[in-house]
Amino acid sequence: MSDGVTRTDLEHWLQVFAKQVEDNKELLTELDAAIGDADHGVNMDRGLKAVLVALEQVPQATPAALFNKVGLTLVSTVGGASGPLYGTFFLRFGGAVGDEEPVPATQFAAALRAGLDGVVARGKAEPGDKTMYDALAPAIDALDAGLAAGEVWADALTRAVDAASAGREATIEMLARKGRASYLGERSIGHQDPGATSAALLVASANEALHDCA
Amino acid sequence: MKKLINAPEDVVVDALQGIEAAHPDLRVDHAHKVIYRGDSPRNGKVGIISGGGSGHEPLHGGFVGLGMLDAACAGEVFTSPVPDQMLAATKLVDGGAGVLHVVKNYTGDVMNFEMAAELAAAETGTQVVSVVTDDDVAVQDSTWTAGRRGVGVTVLLEKIAGAAAEQGRSLEQVADVARTVNANGRSMGLALTSCTVPAAGKPTFELGDDEYELGVGIHGEPGRERRKLATAKEYASLLVEPIIADLPYAKGDAVVCFVNGLGGTPLIELYVLYNEVAKILDKHGVQVARSLVGSYITSLDMAGASVTLLRVDDELMSLWDAPVRTPALRWGI
Repeated sequence: MSDGVTRTDLEHWLQVFAKQVEDNKELLTELDAAIGDADHGVNMDRGLKAVLVALEQVPQATPAALFNKVGLTLVSTVGGASGPLYGTFFLRFGGAVGDEEPVPATQFAAALRAGLDGVVARGKAEPGDKTMYDALAPAIDALDAGLAAGEVWADALTRAVDAASAGREATIEMLARKGRASYLGERSIGHQDPGATSAALLVASANEALHDCA
Repeated sequence: MKKLINAPEDVVVDALQGIEAAHPDLRVDHAHKVIYRGDSPRNGKVGIISGGGSGHEPLHGGFVGLGMLDAACAGEVFTSPVPDQMLAATKLVDGGAGVLHVVKNYTGDVMNFEMAAELAAAETGTQVVSVVTDDDVAVQDSTWTAGRRGVGVTVLLEKIAGAAAEQGRSLEQVADVARTVNANGRSMGLALTSCTVPAAGKPTFELGDDEYELGVGIHGEPGRERRKLATAKEYASLLVEPIIADLPYAKGDAVVCFVNGLGGTPLIELYVLYNEVAKILDKHGVQVARSLVGSYITSLDMAGASVTLLRVDDELMSLWDAPVRTPALRWGI
């Protein structure tokens, strides 16, 4: 037990996220084929691999620098809508996470919130639009609520994972109102949103990598 | 999949080299996949760039040249370019009078151009104004979706705004002209077949031998409905009537009538369709001031066509008639 999350822990989170996306590449692409343009898994996998290469080539000294690099790399390599959305998430996360380490649990949660606000600003998504927001927002709400109630970090993170999974499942019955899926109208109902699916992986990977930190 | 390619992953790169080889007036920044005018930047002239996923050729690269675009960014097939590309293009064409970004209304394109504009402002202080095209009337409930897609009007806008920039108008004036074009243009298309993205190797969607998709998007997005095959006369009616009703175009309006092939339809069929479109317009008392018939905004090898109407006044007409010299549109010079 330490006082927070170190830069090394945060890098580990990114490695686990990249691994989970790689393992679920086919699933993400299949989900996207049903209501989008069948490239979400491939695009995210390419972008996260580029992130790992970039971080290996030029190690970043602080948490803020680390996530700034992650965000810019994703913006440059992912393309489509996911590039700007995940890129903005990590850029804003980096802006809020600060230069100091370890990062206290509450500041980590605040950085996630800043990232989410960036996603909303970039994508104009609202709750129930069947987007990554619908998995990410409940997870961050749950994390905040857990921490506010004095739960230990590990329990609050577990709660966030459950909320992200529930949010992801809830997108199945939603009618898409953003992105290419929105052109399908009613026909988008019954399909799980690929963006919410990758966002749930982001939360799950945070739990896997950071469960015993902070 | 039968395609004249070397390898699916090399299509965009190889095509850019081909464009550079075929058109000595143009330059290509291969690292950023940007096609630009060889005489860029032009001092004091507003720069105009556009871009989008590849597979819609000649849009956008084929419209780079005098009187139209200064640069075009090529994304992967049907995938928006990334902000680095638009930023590079913006820098290449910035002659000190600002840069107009012409963006088709797709979620990815809009966000990537938006980030590029922010980066340009932060890095170089270049003034960027973006104009988004959203003319596809097939998307009906646009308030609750990503909005109408940008299709045929984009071609007409790039021509007309390009002429305005060539005359030395200011960034705000050029952007105003562009917005006017978008506001007065409407389009709709239909697909007789799907298209095949090289990397996918198989058709994007299934369409029965006796069916067509009415209101299809230029990436094979679903349209209003799937119907049994009909005649050109009926296709024309199903495309033109919703367009006329939407703006609406009124008796006495003068229009540019643009009948566009989606990539796999021969010109002779486009003229058959044009003939039917012209009859319907005549019936409504809409006067065709200028026409454009050919494949200018395509969807790879998709068979099908789209119709775009643009209501024009004398000013837009004179900008339409102004000289243009690009690989795909060329007149007055």
